[in-house]
Amino acid sequence: MNAPAIVFDRVSLEFADKPLFRELNLRLEGGQSTCILGPSGCGKSTLLKLIAGSPALPFTGSISLDSEPPGGQQAAWMAQNDLLLPWLSLLDNVLLGARLRHEVTPDQREKAVHLINEAGLTGYEQALPAALSGGMRQRAALLRTLMEERPVLLMDEPFSALDALTRVRLQNLSARLTHGATVVLVTHDPFEALRLGDKIIVLSGSPVQVAKIIELNGVPPRDPGDPVVTAYYPELLKLLMNNGESV
Amino acid sequence: MKTLRLLILAAGLLISWQILVLLTGVPPYILPGPLPVARALITHFPVLCTHLGTTFTEIVVGLLLGTLLGTSTAIAMIVSPLLKRWMLPVLVISQAIPVFALAPVLVLWFGYGMASKIAMAVLIIFFPVTSSFYSGMQRTDPDLLELARIMGAKPLAVLRTIIIPSALPAFAAGVRVATAVAPIGAVVGEWVGSSAGLGFYMLHANARMQIDVMFAALTILAIVSLLLYFLIDRLLDRLIYWQPQQGTTL
Repeated sequence: MNAPAIVFDRVSLEFADKPLFRELNLRLEGGQSTCILGPSGCGKSTLLKLIAGSPALPFTGSISLDSEPPGGQQAAWMAQNDLLLPWLSLLDNVLLGARLRHEVTPDQREKAVHLINEAGLTGYEQALPAALSGGMRQRAALLRTLMEERPVLLMDEPFSALDALTRVRLQNLSARLTHGATVVLVTHDPFEALRLGDKIIVLSGSPVQVAKIIELNGVPPRDPGDPVVTAYYPELLKLLMNNGESV
Repeated sequence: MKTLRLLILAAGLLISWQILVLLTGVPPYILPGPLPVARALITHFPVLCTHLGTTFTEIVVGLLLGTLLGTSTAIAMIVSPLLKRWMLPVLVISQAIPVFALAPVLVLWFGYGMASKIAMAVLIIFFPVTSSFYSGMQRTDPDLLELARIMGAKPLAVLRTIIIPSALPAFAAGVRVATAVAPIGAVVGEWVGSSAGLGFYMLHANARMQIDVMFAALTILAIVSLLLYFLIDRLLDRLIYWQPQQGTTL
């Protein structure tokens, strides 16, 4: 997969007559996992929606991909809410994109079943979302995102509603299955960012500014006891508590 | 437990009715007691069943046509913003005009047969079905629509896979209301002008001071309407299996 970098060039956006972004310049490297960290309401999710090309957000400047892969849509999106359709089985939810494009083929089905197996959900293919636990539902949402085979994966606090243990398991699964794609993961949890990111971008202020960029060594998912995690965690926590002002 | 509760409720109503008759001492040609009504029900059962057949057909056909018309209108309004702008005022007007006042006109246009009663039922059903289904579709989770957009979904597939199923619980609420009011449309239509049906038979009995027969017709109409409501309610619960089943309690 030729995963492109995402380039923000002097991006400005107003929200409710207040500037949310002003002349924001940012480069999110291709094939890497970039975690966007920041306090609630600072504009992290809006950043993802801008990359996804939301028509509801008229911005100035440009957001581009440095190497355009062939084909139309390039990004897949995973939200905090699993957004599974309660009237479809797990398998049909995983195949949702193909269903909505009228592209379901036997190969697609086979791939979906394979991914379901990878995620440890074998035997639940025909189960309805209501019969699944929160962790299983979020795994299904992750598989639905991966089924799209897009070079850019946009993840908006995808694990924040889960309990600690399920979250760690799902972070590991996500890091394994999304390896090689350009992942932009929005989170307010420094621990999650340190486990999953190749790079962390801390946002703060109004209009939003980049408060800090941290390049991390090693391959995600990092062990909770990894020196990189333990070394940066206090610093990131302080930075967030001080709303982006270094101490 | 539910059946027992219904039986207790029915018995309570019958006892209260009998007590009311005994305490007030109203003559039977104003309010007959439950026993004379039961006797009339048994005596006139074959005739009542014949008239019930007519009324029931009017209710069911009216319900089907009204639901079909309501769902088609709601979908058309979602698909075409232009049509929505034209149809919304029509919807409001269809409710602003008292439908019962239209009954004589409908009888004039469609005759004394079933057609005018079906038209009456359709008119009554149209608004609750259209408005509930339309507002259900309008309230589709915007995140789901955004997900579909990012997936490069085809518009008709979004309508079929996301928007319509999302709105079905609201649609079901509209159909439940429609099922409850459809008998009113059919019976009012029969009162205005007809030669068959329970409404016609009630008027006929009333003119001959057979109030017990009138109450027997009313009882049979109420029982059949209730059975139809519970049947539709069960069917909707079964078909729309994802709608919330837990009621809100404080």
